[in-house]
Amino acid sequence: MQPFASLHGIAASLPAANIDTDKIVPARFLKTVSRKGLGTALFRDLRFADDGTPDEDFVLNAAPWDAAVILIAGDNFGCGSSREHAPWALLDFGIRCVIAPSFGDIFYNNCFKNGILPIQLDPAHCAELAADAADPLSCAMRVDLNAQNITRANGAALPFLIDPGHRDALLAGRDEITETLNKAAAIDAFEAAFAPVTPWVYRGLSKTAAAASHT
Amino acid sequence: MTAPKTMYEKIWDRHLVSQNGDGEALLYVDRHLLNEVMSAQAFDGLREAGRTVRRPELTLAVADHNVPTDGDRRLPIADPASRLQVEVLERNTAAFGVPYIPLADSGQGIVHIIGPELGLTLPGTVIVCGDSHTSTHGAFGALAFGIGTSEVEHVLATQTLRQRRSKTMLVEVFGALRPHVSAKDLILAIIAAIGAGGGTGHVIEYGGDAIRALDMAGRMTVCNMSIEAGARAGLIAPDETTFAYLRGRRLAPSGVEFDAARIGWESLSTDPGAAFDKTVRLDAGAISPMVTWGTSPETAIPFGGRVPALDDFATPAKRANAQAMMAYMGLHPGEKLADLAVDVVFIGSCTNGRIEDLRAAAAVLQDQHIAHGVHVLVVPGSGQVREAAEAEGLDAIFRAAGCEWRAPGCSMCLGMNPDQLTPGQRCASTSNRNFEGRQGKGGRTHLVSPRSAALVALSGRLDIFRGRV
Repeated sequence: MQPFASLHGIAASLPAANIDTDKIVPARFLKTVSRKGLGTALFRDLRFADDGTPDEDFVLNAAPWDAAVILIAGDNFGCGSSREHAPWALLDFGIRCVIAPSFGDIFYNNCFKNGILPIQLDPAHCAELAADAADPLSCAMRVDLNAQNITRANGAALPFLIDPGHRDALLAGRDEITETLNKAAAIDAFEAAFAPVTPWVYRGLSKTAAAASHT
Repeated sequence: MTAPKTMYEKIWDRHLVSQNGDGEALLYVDRHLLNEVMSAQAFDGLREAGRTVRRPELTLAVADHNVPTDGDRRLPIADPASRLQVEVLERNTAAFGVPYIPLADSGQGIVHIIGPELGLTLPGTVIVCGDSHTSTHGAFGALAFGIGTSEVEHVLATQTLRQRRSKTMLVEVFGALRPHVSAKDLILAIIAAIGAGGGTGHVIEYGGDAIRALDMAGRMTVCNMSIEAGARAGLIAPDETTFAYLRGRRLAPSGVEFDAARIGWESLSTDPGAAFDKTVRLDAGAISPMVTWGTSPETAIPFGGRVPALDDFATPAKRANAQAMMAYMGLHPGEKLADLAVDVVFIGSCTNGRIEDLRAAAAVLQDQHIAHGVHVLVVPGSGQVREAAEAEGLDAIFRAAGCEWRAPGCSMCLGMNPDQLTPGQRCASTSNRNFEGRQGKGGRTHLVSPRSAALVALSGRLDIFRGRV
């Protein structure tokens, strides 16, 4: 995973509440078997007409926001399904940071696995940033994860809070699987301790597939 | 003396492998369910890093999202992208030694329907799957939630998950549901009450007399839609209803082991005096059959109601949001929902694709015929549900009423297989999401219970009171 330290660039405002993962990436684009190439599917039905013509009124279709790296979103952004295609599409488009009053839990989690910084900020400050983002003269801002602040075009810095574990993981861009595999001894010990207590849980599901066909 | 614990805390503590300093824990996963949509990239990751699946025997794979519900399942899927995704799952499970239920298998079906059917879903276990409706399994007192593909890869490689502890929320439904008010109406009423983000950051435990009175199918419907209130997981304490369901299931313990397991399951309930971060109480007797008007499940209102007036929304942002939903749904403020004609009725999905759901719909449709011009799709959630329905003659009732009787799959719950709405079509659906384009681009979804869906099929409108009731 690519690390995230700081980011300076254009922010786009998408203030509607409950932008669900079906809006971020419609289901028909989930048939891919790759993590890459979903940028064109991002907000597909909001961004493009049926024939593929870009909707000029959609924020990410117009300069300078077609080069946005930050998204200022509304309440409950990313609610709905667990599809990691949502952060993959944002990333493929170029967005590395989403700022919103609240997020869908699974989406929020999925962001960290992909080097995207989701920032939860109170609604009043989100509204200020959204106003900045809507104006081409003030839409550039800087997000600094180390300092935990957002610097607006007028120079004012807005602090934000983030779980230290999440912050450190993003800063280091660490490989969580390697880290966990380094704890294999603890996992072995857990299995050794609990498998005998509830053996029926750990007997395995292998007979399912074979047995099911004889139902 | 230890402090009283909630059920969530008990399951969490029991699965704790290690605690990192920063509030993140390593949690052991007892069952990992895989589907074709969320796993290909995870297996690729394993391959690239030269890793194996740590506990393939605790993993079970089945394709459901892409599966066509008509035609011969032994033949290849016509859509090349869908076919590839299923074939990749078949290849990956074979290469990594993961149990897989083939498309043509009679036990095949939606992953959240077959897990409980097989007895794979057991109280007190941790169950994850790359699908947000994994919350369904919480009906058994299992901690079950949806994960992303990176987490799928992590679980495959380590049989553990990195997690931060959620907050806890108790939703207590007291009293009794009125006749013909179902678990679906109950969960829609809960979501309407707390909002689509009301459970965000929380695990919801459902309690109270009305929850205790539900059968397992109803409990699964309730827990299934926890995610539509923003909660990753829902939990219901196991009781006699749960134990009766589990007894005799293929993967459930049997004989003396069942009795031993049961002692552990009975101790899972939240201790008296345990604290929840949030508590919500609802009167079951005040709940009516529900229908959503907008593109969020929180827009559920009682049947017979009207689309809200714009003045009903407190802030300009909420008003604008409501206007956008009405525009998409082709509705006007204050309009009577009962006047709206529907084009399609969908009965099925992991929310309402169980035999009990089909019985509720069939009871309405028996000796009746659906309204002219309405297309009704009845899709069993699994091969086992299909066989049971056909043994009871439900398929004959549906066919005689003018409905299509299909093979199992996710079907019209989401636009990944051939069962889709066309732009502008209005659908009464027993599924879980009414998001824009969810059932197909431009489709308009109204979420309802199976019984209401059948009544709508008869009247041809979002009306369950006129005509036959």
